[in-house]
Amino acid sequence: MNIFQHKLSSGFVAGLAFIVCYISFTRQPSDAYLFPRVISVFFLTLSLWTFFKALLGLSKAGNGLTLNMFRNMLPGMLISSIYLFFAAKFLGFYTATAIAFFLLLTAYDPESYSSVNSWVKRIIITACFIAIMYTLFAKILVVYTPRGMFI
Amino acid sequence: MDFIFYFGEVFTFTSMLLLIGGTIGGLIMGATPGLSPTMTVALLIPFTFNMTPVHGLILLGAAYTSTVAGGAVSAILLKIPGAPANIATTLDGNAMARKGEGAKALQLSFIASLIGGIFGVFLLIFLTPVLAKMANSFGYSHTFWLAIIGVTVIGSLEAGSVVKGLLSGCIGMWLATIGFDDIQGVKRFVFHPAIAGGVNIIPALIGLFAIPQVITMFAKGRFQNDIEQIQVKKHPIAKAFQEVFSRKRALIIGTSIGSLIGLIPGVGGQIAGLLAYDQAKKFSPEKKKFGTGHSEGVIAAESANNAMVGPSLVPLLTLSIPGSPTAAVLLGGLIIHGIFPGPTLFQQYPEVIWPFINSMLIGQILMCIFGIYIASLAARVAQVPQFIMAAIVLGLAAFGSFAVQQSMGDVYVMVVLGTMMYFLERFGFSAAPLVLGLILGPIAESNFVTGSLISTAQNGPFVYFFTGGLNILLVSIVILSVGFSIWSEINTKRQS
Repeated sequence: MNIFQHKLSSGFVAGLAFIVCYISFTRQPSDAYLFPRVISVFFLTLSLWTFFKALLGLSKAGNGLTLNMFRNMLPGMLISSIYLFFAAKFLGFYTATAIAFFLLLTAYDPESYSSVNSWVKRIIITACFIAIMYTLFAKILVVYTPRGMFI
Repeated sequence: MDFIFYFGEVFTFTSMLLLIGGTIGGLIMGATPGLSPTMTVALLIPFTFNMTPVHGLILLGAAYTSTVAGGAVSAILLKIPGAPANIATTLDGNAMARKGEGAKALQLSFIASLIGGIFGVFLLIFLTPVLAKMANSFGYSHTFWLAIIGVTVIGSLEAGSVVKGLLSGCIGMWLATIGFDDIQGVKRFVFHPAIAGGVNIIPALIGLFAIPQVITMFAKGRFQNDIEQIQVKKHPIAKAFQEVFSRKRALIIGTSIGSLIGLIPGVGGQIAGLLAYDQAKKFSPEKKKFGTGHSEGVIAAESANNAMVGPSLVPLLTLSIPGSPTAAVLLGGLIIHGIFPGPTLFQQYPEVIWPFINSMLIGQILMCIFGIYIASLAARVAQVPQFIMAAIVLGLAAFGSFAVQQSMGDVYVMVVLGTMMYFLERFGFSAAPLVLGLILGPIAESNFVTGSLISTAQNGPFVYFFTGGLNILLVSIVILSVGFSIWSEINTKRQS
């Protein structure tokens, strides 16, 4: 089922190890790369071992991913990525968090979308969460989060 | 007996408030499946920034202690271990609850946790200064090897395969080299401005432990929690105490196995609980009762997983080598307060470390009291749907990472590392060795570089790093731990 996935993951790690090794041995001054050189040799050796094992179909550790799992996580990862990489900066942390939180609840709540009660419940949970986060971070911990377009 | 002089700091209003808050919060978080002790402590670190080091550590210590014990609540009442350390508790605890002895099982588990936990903290109190004195004579090469031991032991025990565990450790050590090199000030591996100053440890910890959990919850999709909570009936507490003390064998086995396992870096509470359960069963004249709701099973498992907590901090406080993933996160908590553990810790910061250790002692008692009385509430919180929990954890992770340096770069680091870790974990890699590599990497590098410089003026690097009794012992530990893990992996494969 997941032989290809094993090849992909170990290939990614081997690729990373190769880049780390290449940079460590080519950049100067060499003294600054002394420790990275030692680490990268082990890193590359172990990653190539894992990669060849995966190529031969002998890599079995881990459960891999099913298509269903991937489909399930996709909306959540999409919402989270837009929230953390774009919305938090441009809409402001609290606004973006409120929207992302509500969207995540909506996407994963097993209750029917036609139920008015479930929408009200989601709005109330989101409002409570944002109120707690605002009190904790803005008032108690005095963290100045980006306010985005609301500045 | 130095610790006695620092008890006063624990009994101040703020310390007690934090201790009680951390204990109750930890019990609830521990009871919630999916929120591991490691993740709870990682998410709490940003809240300690504005606190004094003592208060910050008291909060983290209380959370560590109580999350491990809190996991027993969902193990007993919901048949879902709150943390891997509570797997063994599920075997008899839930069976007891189904027989109408839920309250008794909870009381037994918290009392056993209290006794095991107190024993473990006393070990921490008495062993740490002794080990610290020994560690005072360590040179650069020894400290380098100790850091390598920290990564290789956890790397070879934690992951799905030894090679992938060690590879995770290598990734962590490489991540630690990102940013400016300490000696020459050269910029290394800076692929994005977000990591120009290096990978900040706190967002990395939050990402590596919280984000994979969030994605795991997403991967379940629109999933209805159909967890049946067993209602508990009242049970006199005095009888529970009597029962625990009448089952001395299970208590002694659990406490001693837990304490020993805590001292070995990387083994952790899951193994402690299961091993203690297995040994208690072997030595019990009532072997057949195990698994059917036998109190000895609960007592052995819970005393073991809490007895492990104190000793797991011994290598951390004396040698900077965390004994467990949660101890690694605690190390992050110490570092952000400017405290670097090591042999001189007790001379440099006695006013911080002793109150912290003392608070863990008081925390054990609070954990037992609150645990017994709020267990039902904690079990109800544990039934909060996973999709709500995922959204809450994501929000906390984002705010917590940002709060470290008020930088969006840290949020990016958190989410990128966390997402990468989720996918790697699905293929047998593990977060624990990666975190240890990240934390111990700078220690290993500075000692390696300084040792190399010294060695060039002496007999060369080989003689400096590989000769001498202590060097040979430490290198042998590295080789033996990896060798043993490979041998047991091959054995397991052959058997299966």
